[in-house]
Amino acid sequence: MQKFNTLKSIPAYLPIVNIDTDMIIPKQFLKTIKRTGLGKNLFFEMRYDDQGKEISGFVLNQSPYNDSKILIAGKNFGCGSSREHAPWALLDFGITCVISSSYADIFYSNCFKNGILPIILKEEKIKELSEYAGRKEEISVDLSDEKIVYGNNEIKFDVDPFKKKCLLEGLDDIALSLKKSDKIENFEINLKNKKPWIFND
Amino acid sequence: MSTTLYDKIWNDHLVDQQDDGTALLFVDRHLVHEVTSPQAFEGLRNSNRKVRHPNLTLAVADHNVPTTDRTKGIADAESKIQVDTLEANCKEFGVQLFGMDDKRQGIVHIIGPEQGFTQPGTVIVCGDSHTATHGAFGSLAFGIGTSEVEHVLATQTLVQKKAKNFRINVNGQLPLGVTSKDVILQIIGKIGTAGGTGSVIEYAGDLIRSLSVEQRMTICNMTIEGGARAGLIAPDEKIFNYLKGKPMSPKGDNWEKALNYWSTLRTDTDASFDQELNLNADEILPMITWGTSPQDVITIDDKVPNPQRESDEDKKNSIERALKYMGLKPDMAAKDIKIDKVFIGSCTNGRIEDLREAAKILKDKKISSHVNAMVVPGSGLVKEQAEQEGLDKIFVNSGFEWREPGCSMCLAMNADKLKPEERCASTSNRNFEGRQGRGGRTHLVSPGMAAAAAISGSLDDVRKYQN
Repeated sequence: MQKFNTLKSIPAYLPIVNIDTDMIIPKQFLKTIKRTGLGKNLFFEMRYDDQGKEISGFVLNQSPYNDSKILIAGKNFGCGSSREHAPWALLDFGITCVISSSYADIFYSNCFKNGILPIILKEEKIKELSEYAGRKEEISVDLSDEKIVYGNNEIKFDVDPFKKKCLLEGLDDIALSLKKSDKIENFEINLKNKKPWIFND
Repeated sequence: MSTTLYDKIWNDHLVDQQDDGTALLFVDRHLVHEVTSPQAFEGLRNSNRKVRHPNLTLAVADHNVPTTDRTKGIADAESKIQVDTLEANCKEFGVQLFGMDDKRQGIVHIIGPEQGFTQPGTVIVCGDSHTATHGAFGSLAFGIGTSEVEHVLATQTLVQKKAKNFRINVNGQLPLGVTSKDVILQIIGKIGTAGGTGSVIEYAGDLIRSLSVEQRMTICNMTIEGGARAGLIAPDEKIFNYLKGKPMSPKGDNWEKALNYWSTLRTDTDASFDQELNLNADEILPMITWGTSPQDVITIDDKVPNPQRESDEDKKNSIERALKYMGLKPDMAAKDIKIDKVFIGSCTNGRIEDLREAAKILKDKKISSHVNAMVVPGSGLVKEQAEQEGLDKIFVNSGFEWREPGCSMCLAMNADKLKPEERCASTSNRNFEGRQGRGGRTHLVSPGMAAAAAISGSLDDVRKYQN
């Protein structure tokens, strides 16, 4: 997994609440057996018309937002399906940081498995940051210090310490858990005694 | 200390807990389908890892499968690759698969309970948000992403943080024609699609206890639409009777042992919850969704909302956007909404009781001439049972198409989809923009309401058709 440390970009602002994972990446693109190549279909239905032409009014079709690495969006971002294709599409487009006032649980967790930092801020701070998107000014995100710097201001944000460590170091979750193999084995031995029906033997 | 049902299952599955609260949770049951697993198996292959417990894993293709004649195979090349890939992966890693020609094939959340793979007190995961369905059995069941699918395949565990405890008590009796689908739509309307974020919801109260196993599944299924991690209901005799004798249920001595354990699975009377909500079942009416989020609910007697009456700017914009997408006018009566299609099926309402409920309304009636309607049974076994009861004939005689099992038009990954601006009364779970096909318009309803809409040609009140 790609490490995340600091990031500087003009943010793109999508002022819609409850953006669901069907909007982020519609089902016709879920037929892939790869993790890559989904960026061109990110927000497909808002981004292209029936003929497949780019809709010029959509923010990610406009310069400089087509190069944004930071997406600011309305509350409850990523609700709906558990599809990891949603963070894969964001990542493939180049977005590695999302800022919203809340996220759906599964999407939130999926971001961290893919080197994407989802930041939670209060609504009024979101409005303040969105002005930087409007003025096409860069903002910086610093994960180590848990802060966003914009103009002469900065805002602190909170992130789970374990998730932060994994992002900063680009750690592989599975390798980390397999270090606890002894504990897993012990658990399984106990389980076989306590609930023999679980293993069906 | 007094604990909730969720606390008990959680504590019973802790393999390890770090100081910061990050836990490693043992997974008893892992369901796998073709859409969210290929990259996970690929990851295992690339790092030379195996599936730790193939016998705790069960796979089925459901999202991409055609619901028409299967002898011709899958026409769509990409869908075919995905289904073939699942088959190849299951073979390579030794995972049991119900293939497309197996009569046990069906929607992953329907086949788990049907086979007795789903059991009380277990942790069940699947790369699918509607895994919450299995919570009806008193299991902790939730959807995960593909990276987590790979993690579970490799380690039989999952990295998790504990969620909050949220209890929803529903007491009283449902009026005639009102179902558990209306209960959960009502709940989502009240708490909103983010109302359960960060929580596990336990459903309790005498109404919940009075529900059948399948009705409970409908409620737990749509818990994710309220944003919660999982929904669960304490298991009781109905659950135990349902599971007894199922192919993968415990047998002999193990059945007795399991039953003893399952009987302990309940929230202590003085356990505390972070949040509680009380609902009176007697006040619940048949519900429909009018907009593009499952929280956009009104009763069948209501009118579509008017954005001009909304003071909150975000809400006003969101109502305007939804009305525009749905092609509806403010203050329009729900019963004046004319429909083009009806879809009965999905992991929410594709079980035998759902089909019986719809067939009861459709018996000796014809659907409206401008309506196209289809029934997609949730599994091959549901289909077989329905055919034994003659339900297929009732559907076909009324004008419905009788299809092969799968996810079908709930998410329209296969050939079953709405055309732009087509309007559908659907027993599925999501009415998001484009969910049932680009530009398609979805109204979520119960199976009885879907049948009533098919007959009337517009959204209609199922109570009108009750004898």
